[in-house]
Amino acid sequence: MSHAKSIARQLWPRVAAIIGVVVLWWLAYASGFFNRAVLPSPGQVLGAFARSLAEPHPPRESILAATQASLIRLMVGLAIGIAAGTVVGLGMAMSTTVQRSVGSLMSGLQALPSISWLPLAILWFGLTERAILFVVIIASIPAVAIAAASSIRLVPPLLVRAGRTMGARRWMLYRRVVLPAAVPGYIAGLQSAWALGWRALMAGELIATGGKGLGHLLDLNRQLWLTSNIFAVMLMIVLVGMAVEAAFGVVDRRVRSRRGLLATT
Amino acid sequence: MRAELTVVPGLARAPAKLSARGVSKSFRNTRGGTVPALDDVTLDVGQGEFVCLIGPSGCGKSTLLNLFAGLERPDAGELSIDGRPIGAPGPDRAVLFQDPALFPWMSVGANVEFALEMIGVPRDERRDRAMHWLKRVHLGRFAQAQPHELSGGMRQRAALARALVCQPEVLLADEPFAALDAQTREILQGELQEVWSETKNTFVFVTHNVREAVFLADRVVLMSAPPGTLVAEHRIEASRPRDFEDVLLSKVVVDIHAHLSREVEKVVAREVDR
Repeated sequence: MSHAKSIARQLWPRVAAIIGVVVLWWLAYASGFFNRAVLPSPGQVLGAFARSLAEPHPPRESILAATQASLIRLMVGLAIGIAAGTVVGLGMAMSTTVQRSVGSLMSGLQALPSISWLPLAILWFGLTERAILFVVIIASIPAVAIAAASSIRLVPPLLVRAGRTMGARRWMLYRRVVLPAAVPGYIAGLQSAWALGWRALMAGELIATGGKGLGHLLDLNRQLWLTSNIFAVMLMIVLVGMAVEAAFGVVDRRVRSRRGLLATT
Repeated sequence: MRAELTVVPGLARAPAKLSARGVSKSFRNTRGGTVPALDDVTLDVGQGEFVCLIGPSGCGKSTLLNLFAGLERPDAGELSIDGRPIGAPGPDRAVLFQDPALFPWMSVGANVEFALEMIGVPRDERRDRAMHWLKRVHLGRFAQAQPHELSGGMRQRAALARALVCQPEVLLADEPFAALDAQTREILQGELQEVWSETKNTFVFVTHNVREAVFLADRVVLMSAPPGTLVAEHRIEASRPRDFEDVLLSKVVVDIHAHLSREVEKVVAREVDR
């Protein structure tokens, strides 16, 4: 099968799904059943999206500036959360005591939706940048820690034994055998950390605005009854999410195919 | 009955490269009980000698190998190499596992170079030495390939190159060809015989394949039904290179096979009783 054909085959269900949603949406709009101030048409949303990309849109913020602000927050929050989660995960992997103590805390923390930390964070830090970052960080730490610890624990013992018989010991064994073997599982952890962090960030920005960001823009447009803009911002949130997921997909596939972990189609 | 098999005429004076003295080892099962694997095993392996350990499954032959490798510790008894007690695993005792155990994130060449890196060989020297051994096992063209791109036999060849590249004094092999198809296995056995006749490592080779043992070994050591002890040994005097069709070898195979069958029957009888 040619390359173009295979791309086409992968692409058409996605395109069809999007077209289907847009058609249903347009039918709902055209039926007149919904108030048009509440439900804009697909065209109106696309127009709002295009306008807000082109110019600094009233109110105050363009969608691009808001996206940038949100992404910067996400990166700062994830950087801290991933670093901390990795350290905790390594500790859990290396010591049973840490696994039992901190590990059970991590499981508990993971069960708690991170946005439920926001009221506390607001009391501690005020309606500030730090309150929002805190929620992102607390969302990503357990996902990374648990994934790091379990992927290390699931490294095939045979590979470790092989490394030992070649004279690899302690840190050398860890650095050259255990950690590389754990990479696919760790990437999966990063992926869920990003997804949880992104959701936490949007929720955090909706409530503790901090004066910028996509979540803030959503809330602003709600106050102004600009439903087209709300839809446009939501579209942006989806696009960012899909782009990051796609990037993770590329990295993940590359790692897996190198190791022969991908089923060939 | 416990057989003392260490004193073999003509071998008693030869210096032992590897030695196990009264070694016992048991494992804990998941229900908290202990399962004896080895019971009071004493075995000397001479310098440059090729010994095959053979026995019914569960007889502890792999355990004995792991003890020599330093991957396990004995409950009782002593293990030594050149008269020094065996401690942690080390590059002086290369190990071939049933699974090639290549690192999947590295190319085949990098896998072989890894062994050299661990013993501190400088970077520019590693590539040449790895390549030399890959060519010896007919994988010269596959240095850049990833392990999963190779067939099972090729992977085991790469593992052999990785084991030999550091020129270990001792090579320990745990059923390295058991997972391969019969044809590939025979080819690899032939190649192993060839390589070994040049390198002359001290070789301990665990297998449950009598034909393989007789084809490769200077001495075949038969272990009992578990807990494993040594019950018999056969010296294979045939000159090398050996031929699978050799009539004398076939006769030895039949003898050992009969003996092994009796041990296997004991195991089966016990399993059925439960």
